[in-house]
Amino acid sequence: MRLDPPAALQAPTRRPAAAPKFSEWRAFWPLLALALILLVDAFISPGFFTIRLVEGRLYGSLIDILYRGAPTAVVALGMAVVIGARGIDLSVGAVIAIAGAVMTELIHAGMSAPAVLLATLLVSLICGLWNGALVALLDIQPIIATLILMVAGRGVAQMIDAGTIVTFRSDFFSAISTGRLGPAPSRIVVAAAVYALTWAAMRRTALGLFVESVGANAEASRLTGIDAKFVTISTYLISGVAAGIAGVLITSDIRGSDANNAGLWMELDAILAVVLGGASLNGGRVYIFNTLIGVLIIQSLTTSILVSGLPPEYNLIVKAIVVFLCLLLQARPVRQAVSGMIWAKRT
Amino acid sequence: MSILKHMLAAAVGAAALAGLSASASAQTIGFSQVGSESDWRTAFSADMKAEAEKRGIKLQFSDAQQKEENQLKAVRSFIAQKVDAIIIAPVVVTGWDQVLKEAQAAKIPVFIADRAVESDPSLFVTRIAADFNLEGRLAGAWLAQASKGNCNIVELQGTVGSAPAIERKKGFEAVISLFPNMKIVKSQSGNFTTSGGKEVMESFIKATDGLKDVCAVWAHNDNMMLGAIQAMKEAGLKPGKDVLTVSVDGVPDIFKAMLAGESDASVELKSDIGKYIYDVVQGYLKGKHDYPKWVLIPSDLHTPADAAEMLKKKGG
Repeated sequence: MRLDPPAALQAPTRRPAAAPKFSEWRAFWPLLALALILLVDAFISPGFFTIRLVEGRLYGSLIDILYRGAPTAVVALGMAVVIGARGIDLSVGAVIAIAGAVMTELIHAGMSAPAVLLATLLVSLICGLWNGALVALLDIQPIIATLILMVAGRGVAQMIDAGTIVTFRSDFFSAISTGRLGPAPSRIVVAAAVYALTWAAMRRTALGLFVESVGANAEASRLTGIDAKFVTISTYLISGVAAGIAGVLITSDIRGSDANNAGLWMELDAILAVVLGGASLNGGRVYIFNTLIGVLIIQSLTTSILVSGLPPEYNLIVKAIVVFLCLLLQARPVRQAVSGMIWAKRT
Repeated sequence: MSILKHMLAAAVGAAALAGLSASASAQTIGFSQVGSESDWRTAFSADMKAEAEKRGIKLQFSDAQQKEENQLKAVRSFIAQKVDAIIIAPVVVTGWDQVLKEAQAAKIPVFIADRAVESDPSLFVTRIAADFNLEGRLAGAWLAQASKGNCNIVELQGTVGSAPAIERKKGFEAVISLFPNMKIVKSQSGNFTTSGGKEVMESFIKATDGLKDVCAVWAHNDNMMLGAIQAMKEAGLKPGKDVLTVSVDGVPDIFKAMLAGESDASVELKSDIGKYIYDVVQGYLKGKHDYPKWVLIPSDLHTPADAAEMLKKKGG
């Protein structure tokens, strides 16, 4: 699958007639990193690639990666859009906590499940609106504007939960998060739906063009008649709702709202996934497929460490080293050196 | 005229002094609490107040909102008020020497509750606290008996490097090392959270082919165990039947799990510890001065047998 930059933003040079070299395909390097991690797994855990059906659902370490990575994927897709417009959303972890707390509170208030879901997503939309308004209307730098909600939001969630972990029972929400649709875990279906929607919005509507245009040059975009403020606010709305969906998945997973821990540091994983996918924090590009690969790199790393039996003291250091290597693989000088070696061997 | 004024002032002063000494005989104790960051802490504060009322102690309660500077202020104000004794549940271990010296100079005994302090031990009377290591040993002893000394265990550790995780692990290992057929086959950190426990347990289930040959799950706290129980159920296993479970804390939800037959044992982290603390403080004020530097608050292990009763006590 090749993801072209929007035609309007392409340089007016002609495309090369011949198919581009495989290593120039943008998803090549992130996919290579993912493949290498999975290759290591094949050695450390013999049953890693086994997938079978247990009680009618797919079961195995590979499924675990998709299953555990689903909430991060949803958040990261929203983050990719924000970063594409040269913004950043540090508040997603806190919005996850707020969504979880609101949802739990409403379930206990006796509201019907679909209404709870809608209300929760509405609250996360408002969180996004808050961020968007601070950035677009008050012209506060995104990192500072979203830092406010990042810090205060977790406090709001703790306040709603009155400082405790509030648990609940709901067949509807368990079905969304831990249930299955046919043999597929339902949250993977949810993440796939979010992926499809994001792809459609970014690649099949003008919004995608506008986002990348504002990210590349907000002032020039404004002069060409794009409502840059509206576009910026839209990106934060998307990110807010994405965080809300992830909050529903995470909270339904443990059937309880843990305001202290739900979505904690998730913003960093999401940003990392976008960057591992090859995007620049300077904006101008939304890489949807590559962001997904970035999420899979992070999650397969986590799952591999858990399966490997490595003492937990080494978790973070191993993670840091692998992430460093993945980023190194994407650095242009290293890429050129590696490509050069491959090319030299061929001739 | 001015002489009369002075005499009057002196009389008022004497009356005030008499009043003070009368209330002092009722024992005024200053208690600087960490804050109210967890359910356990809130219950601990409530018990300290209730127990003080029961004993006729006048308790000066100060909530430090998890800031050491607030605690230092509170302790200094206790010294200024000349309370009979000061109890500190410290936020952090360091930085106490100066204020403890001030209390000593004012001849007010200081007692440390819960977390430890790193300071000259002569500056406080004693520390009254539960023992994480003992909690681990108790869990290990229960499991040794329940499995008759034959058990492959998977362990869900707390946050790496935290005192409860280190000590509970050590205590548990000290006991199971006495039994040659008991060993920990998998061990990972679930960060003391439900979601962490669930994710780690899912990977354990895959890595051990559905917990084949695993007889027990041992978790450093109940929240992780609650996550692990969900993971086992979702993988079609029966926690509490296929595998034994033992954890620490005694939160209401673990007792609910016991009543549902999904959990076997939990070591209670007591929050009603006011009686242990005031026993020591009042004993000291009555003249008993030979307390060890650590007065242990005993730990209890609970099973489905008394789960209903415990759930009622915890207000679940």
